[in-house]
Amino acid sequence: MAGGPSRALLDEIASRPGRDTFVSSVIKGAFITLSLLFLAALLFAPLITVFATALSKGFEMYFNSFADPDTIAAIRLTLITAAIVVPTNTVFGVAAAWAIAKFEFKGKSILITLIDLPIAVSPVISGLIYVLLFGMQGWFGLWLQEHDISIVFALPGIILATMFVTFPYVARELIPLMQQMGNDEEEAAITLGAGGIMTFFHVTLPKIRWGLLYGVILCNARAMGEFGAVSVVSGHIRGLTTTMPLHVEILYQEYNFVGAFAVASLLTLLAVLTLIIKSLIEWRQKT
Amino acid sequence: MSSFRQPSILPGFGLTLGFSVFFLCALVLIPLAALVMKTATMGWDDFLNVLFDPRVLASFRLSFGASLLAATLNGIFGFVIAWTLVRYDFPGRKLIDALIDMPFALPTAVSGIALTAVFAENGWIGEHLAPFGIKVAYTWIGVVVALTLIGLPFVVRSIQPALVEVQRDLEDAAETLGAGRFTIFRRIILPTVTPALLTGFTMAFARGVGEYGSVIFIAGNLPMKTEIAPLLIVIKLEQFDYVGAAAIGFLMLVISFVMLLSINLLQTWGRRRHVAAGR
Amino acid sequence: MNLSPSLRTAFVTLLSILTLAGCGSSDDKSVTLLNVSYDPTRELYRDFNEDFARQWQQQTGQRVTIKQSHSGSGSQARAVIDGLDADVVTLALAYDINSIQEKGKRLGANWQTRFPNNSAPYTSTIVFLVRKGNPKQIRDWPDLVREGVSVVTPNPKTSGGARWNYLAAWGYELHRQLGDWSKLDDPANAAQVEEAQASAERFVGEIYRHTPVLDSGARGATNTFVQREIGDVLIAWENEALLALKELGPDKVEIVIPSITILAEPPVAVVDTVVDRRGTRQIAEAYLQHLYSDAGQELAAKHYFRPRKPEILAKYGELFPTLPTFTIDEVFGGWSAAHAKHFADGGVFDRIYQAGAQ
Repeated sequence: MAGGPSRALLDEIASRPGRDTFVSSVIKGAFITLSLLFLAALLFAPLITVFATALSKGFEMYFNSFADPDTIAAIRLTLITAAIVVPTNTVFGVAAAWAIAKFEFKGKSILITLIDLPIAVSPVISGLIYVLLFGMQGWFGLWLQEHDISIVFALPGIILATMFVTFPYVARELIPLMQQMGNDEEEAAITLGAGGIMTFFHVTLPKIRWGLLYGVILCNARAMGEFGAVSVVSGHIRGLTTTMPLHVEILYQEYNFVGAFAVASLLTLLAVLTLIIKSLIEWRQKT
Repeated sequence: MSSFRQPSILPGFGLTLGFSVFFLCALVLIPLAALVMKTATMGWDDFLNVLFDPRVLASFRLSFGASLLAATLNGIFGFVIAWTLVRYDFPGRKLIDALIDMPFALPTAVSGIALTAVFAENGWIGEHLAPFGIKVAYTWIGVVVALTLIGLPFVVRSIQPALVEVQRDLEDAAETLGAGRFTIFRRIILPTVTPALLTGFTMAFARGVGEYGSVIFIAGNLPMKTEIAPLLIVIKLEQFDYVGAAAIGFLMLVISFVMLLSINLLQTWGRRRHVAAGR
Repeated sequence: MNLSPSLRTAFVTLLSILTLAGCGSSDDKSVTLLNVSYDPTRELYRDFNEDFARQWQQQTGQRVTIKQSHSGSGSQARAVIDGLDADVVTLALAYDINSIQEKGKRLGANWQTRFPNNSAPYTSTIVFLVRKGNPKQIRDWPDLVREGVSVVTPNPKTSGGARWNYLAAWGYELHRQLGDWSKLDDPANAAQVEEAQASAERFVGEIYRHTPVLDSGARGATNTFVQREIGDVLIAWENEALLALKELGPDKVEIVIPSITILAEPPVAVVDTVVDRRGTRQIAEAYLQHLYSDAGQELAAKHYFRPRKPEILAKYGELFPTLPTFTIDEVFGGWSAAHAKHFADGGVFDRIYQAGAQ
């Protein structure tokens, strides 16, 4: 039970002789209250605002918002982008985490820091660097134009910027986890004659699956929600290069608050997806 | 290779490291080199002028200060939340767990607009704070609030797997041996969670420094007061001053890099010590 | 080499998508145009594009699809400089199109003379939006700096509209001091003009000291004023104020017309390098010409831009009351000069805030 403790274990701990159950429950109550208060002010209140605005003119208006062809185009573009970015960054993340967590080598801290770097880069700059490379005034601008290839202000630019922004997430989630676990089990498997692939899938993967899942979820959420970097490279062509976040901004700018927040609320469906995947893994683990 | 790394019987070092470094170069380092090259086209005098411009300094103070404060808040509350979600069962736990990623999935502009709506003087929370003279929206506090929301998933999602994997039997063993609650926390839980907590803190901090979309809605954006560094980059760009924008971006990058590197070195050092003590 | 097959697949997919998406094709029967514009024209061009496409097909039998891009005027100009292939640009300020010309070399230096009226087919002015019933009794510019009045205006550094606001306020004070624009060009009045300019700087500085929030764009400022209920008065484009009145509720806000204001001329231009490469010059020029036609002027008026044609302006006289205006050329010597003096780094706007902080 990784998502939470099992009932049985909780009962067992509670019924253990000598355990001060009163103090325990006070601590538990305090932790839950504190968590809920913090989340209520910071997370739930804005989320409720989003839904309240999206539904302020009734369900019909809410669902009508999704019939707009530009909205559909935006959703499609976001899905395509995430479908390319997330798997690529997951492969990278696993490879990087394996190299960094399983081996000791010089310059490791620098490598980790370089992987962290995109998080620290302001989204505006994340977009700008690709304009500096591939824009008309940039290094490859003229060459690209002569060969009639567009990167910025087209899909490739959007994908590159999104990939840059979400680059560290899977790796960063896995590295501390894999370091903490140590190499003993993998070493044992290899000594017993297992191959690299088998060791990874049968020994390492089961141990890191929660970290991997969180990494993928974060990466995906960020890929779908990224605004700043994509805004710089998108060109804002309606129905063509506007992703969901950009489309939300367009609708908001048009005073279409219902439509804007309806599209935004769609992104909260990702939470439902998270819920389903987690339940699925827990369920598979039990059987 | 052998002097470069310590020997190990595990396979795949060359492949995984090679791929990681290649991908890192292609996607991150070469584009960032473009930023550095752009900055390099400006003379030293101009660069120092950008660096010591009072407005730039004021915006750096706000961006780095607010990010540090937000990351600290997240470190504390993120731990409490992760602990609550992993260790306790209560109605709605799973839903709340799933909602933690929302600050990532919501476009930053939406988070900013929604937070401003909640914390403005006519908002649900803002109207209860106003009588006490506390203004959140359009002040530096608003910046901290936005950055805390943006950074929250980093901390919670980093600590969660570590807490899950904390060896429960080790705890049980300690308990049967009669160790007190605080001792268990200090000797067993904290050391295991610290690397993940530091990672989460670092990422929340780093993200906060560069954040633009959500902050501009809630900050007020008054020069010298509530103007964040990324806004200055945008302002430079609006004047077609690519070099000036690149210079500010480069400065932020260097400061962030040094801070990230220090924390990562600290972690590596801490882990070595931990491993050494364990053996 | 356990990971390589999946890696290779990922890379091949990536590459094929990168190359595929780069190449577009179009058949001879239909043509596409890209109009890169600024934020407040969204509604106007949605209707106008439809009208033009219909008229073009009737005239030539060719089908045309017009793609629209909207964002802040400055960032749109930057996108065109960096290679966004706009056939036409319809932006907020001549300064932005000048930049496309100077920095991107994408159109001729004489662009502003190619279409009538300084290449600005419609105009707007700067007005005030106040709360319903005008509780703070705001009638004219001096009321903005009265004790207890708080003003919302976007950041001139990031918003084209905000620059018009700033210049309108500056022009008001200048005019109040001088009484007559002709004194500006007369060397005999140099001392008086200098005095008046200093007074204008103090006046504009005072307005910004009454400003609690500087949003990054005009619509952001409108939302702060109407939704968040911040401030007593919003300085806004006339077209934006009229639209806000319609969209956000006449029960919440009303418009106040100041005694004198600036004539904002949002210009349009054909991007030479793009239309020549794409072979769309003829249709791009027809598209912009259509803005000057009766139909185009009617649509502009419907979307709250002041039409140039006197008879159509008169028809919508109720919306657009006549008021004394001045232009950027006569008072500020054109956009380049105005920008260098006021909005560039270290300019007057920066001074206002640096002084305030010390």
